[in-house]
Amino acid sequence: MQIYLPIAEVSVNAFLLLGLGGIVGILSGMFGVGGGFLMTPLLFFIGIPPAVAVATEANQIVASSFSGVLAHFRRRTVDIKMGVVLQIGGLIGAALGVLVFNYLKAIGQVDLLVKLCYVVFLGVVGGLMFIESLNAIRKSKKAGGAPAARRQRSWVHALPFKMRFRTSGLYISVIPPILVGICVGILAAIMGVGGGFIMVPAMIYILGMPTKVVIGTSLFQIIMVTGFTTMLHATTNYTVDIVLAVLLLVGGVIGAQIGTRIGVYMKAEQLRILLALMVLLVCGKLALDLLLTPSEIFSLGAGGGH
Amino acid sequence: MLRSLLLAALVFALPAQAGQEEVVLGLSQDRVAITADFDGDEILIFGAVKRESPIPDTDPLQVIVTVSGPQEPVLVRRKERKLGIWVNVDSVLVDSAPSFYAVATSGPFGDVITDTEDLRYRISIERAIRSVGAAMHIRGAQDFADAVIRIRENRDLYSIRENTVAVDQQTLFRTAIKMPADLTEGDYTARIFLTRGGEVVSQYETSIDVRKVGLERFLFVMSREQPFWYGIMSLAIAIAAGWGASAAFRLLRNN
Repeated sequence: MQIYLPIAEVSVNAFLLLGLGGIVGILSGMFGVGGGFLMTPLLFFIGIPPAVAVATEANQIVASSFSGVLAHFRRRTVDIKMGVVLQIGGLIGAALGVLVFNYLKAIGQVDLLVKLCYVVFLGVVGGLMFIESLNAIRKSKKAGGAPAARRQRSWVHALPFKMRFRTSGLYISVIPPILVGICVGILAAIMGVGGGFIMVPAMIYILGMPTKVVIGTSLFQIIMVTGFTTMLHATTNYTVDIVLAVLLLVGGVIGAQIGTRIGVYMKAEQLRILLALMVLLVCGKLALDLLLTPSEIFSLGAGGGH
Repeated sequence: MLRSLLLAALVFALPAQAGQEEVVLGLSQDRVAITADFDGDEILIFGAVKRESPIPDTDPLQVIVTVSGPQEPVLVRRKERKLGIWVNVDSVLVDSAPSFYAVATSGPFGDVITDTEDLRYRISIERAIRSVGAAMHIRGAQDFADAVIRIRENRDLYSIRENTVAVDQQTLFRTAIKMPADLTEGDYTARIFLTRGGEVVSQYETSIDVRKVGLERFLFVMSREQPFWYGIMSLAIAIAAGWGASAAFRLLRNN
C-alpha cells in the first residue's frame, strides 16, 4: 500500500515503513540504543530526503525510547538521578551541536563531515566493544561463569563535586557524566541520532555503571535530547513528517517491547557483542559509500538559500 | 520579454500559413489532488484543431504536448575523489528547472519541430532548463545541467515520449501524460503546439492545479504556520504511542 508523505513529498510503501520501524524497534529495546544510527541511513536508501529523515527520526526515537524506558522503570533499572545529570549535559550539547551544524552548513561539506563522524565513531566504538566483549566471554568461560566485574579506579574517581548514584552503586563526580552528556548531545544534533551507541559504551567504560542499569538510563536520557531536537527541527526547518513518524513508531514501539523482553534473556556480554557487530556493519557500509566510486557523482539540492 | 517574443512569433508565423488553425482543448482533469494514498496520476489531454479554411495541403499537422511543474532553482553538486574518499568539490546553481516535465509528440522529435523553434518555445527537456548564470569558471557547466536531466529522468520526473500523441484526420488529437507518485504541489502548465514542417503554427496553454488535499493539506499547512504546536503534537503522539504499546504489552503478559 503506497502512502504519500505530506512533508517529505514522496510516496512510499506503508508496510515497508512499518517493517523498518519494527526491526529497528527490536534492536532499540534489546540494546538500549535509539536505533537512529540504523534508521536514518535506511530512510536515505528508500528515498526520503535527508533533512526530513533526520528530523523525523528524532521524533520516532522519542516514541520507541519512551516505550522501552517504561519497561525498564518497572524493573527499576533506570538511574533517574544519573539520567537527569546526563540530560543537563545533553541539552547544552544539543544546542552547541546545532551551532556547529549550521557553521558546517555555511562552509559546505556538511554531508561529508556527518558521514565521517559516523564512520569514525561507529568504527572506534564498535571495535572496542567487540574486542572487550570477546575477552569478557573468554574470561567468563575460563572462570566457570564468574562475573569479571571489577571497576577500575581512574581519573574519574579523583574529580570534585562527588554525588551518590544509588541505583548504579556509584559515588563519583558529576563532571564526567555532564561531559559525556554534552558530547552525546553534540553528536546527536550533528548526526541526527539519539546517541545511544556512544552513550552506552561511555557509561560502561568511562562511568563504570552496571550494564543492566545503563540501558534504561540511556533510554531515559535519549527521550529528552531527541525531544528537544524534534522541536528544534520542527520550528526551524519544518522537516518533521508526522505521517512518516507515525508509521515508523507504530512498528517501533511494538518492536521495542519485544526487544526489551529478548534482552532480559540474554547475557550482558552477548548483548554487547551483538551491538558491536551491528555498529561495525553500519560503519562498514558507510565507509564503502565514501570509498567506492559512486554511480552518480552529481547530486541535487534545493537552490536559493545557502 | 519572452512573452512578447512569443506573441511576435505568432503574429508573423500565422499569415504565412495557408489557414489559421487553433487548438480547442479538453483535459480529463484540470486539477490533481494529492491525497494520502496518492500513487501517481494520468492526465488525458485531447482536443481538436479549429480552422475556418480547408486543411492546407502542405506538410502534415504535428502536435506537441508538454506538461511542466513549477520552475525552481536547483543546486547541483559534483563529487571528486580526494585523499581516497569521494567529496563534493564544486557546485553550480541551475537558475530554473521544472520540478516535473513531460513532452509528448506525434512523431520523432527532430521531424516535428526545428531546432530554432525548439529554442524559441523551450520545448525539449534540455531547453526547458535554464542555467544562464551557470558559473563559466567551472569546466563543463553543461555536465551539471545534464545531471539534473539524468537524475530526474531516472525518477520519472522528466520524460520525452515520441509518437505518443495520436492525430486523427489532422484535426483530432489525444495523449495521456503520466505523473509519478513523487509529485510536488504547485501550478503546472500544459502547452499544446501545432506544427507544420517543423514550424509552430499555433499554441495553446492552460494550467493544471496540483494540490495536497484533506489530511495532507492540513498537516502541511500546520507544519508551516504553527510549527511549535506541530512539534508538540508530534511529541505527544510519540509519547502516547510509546506508552500505549507498553501498556498493551503489559496487559498481554498479565493475561
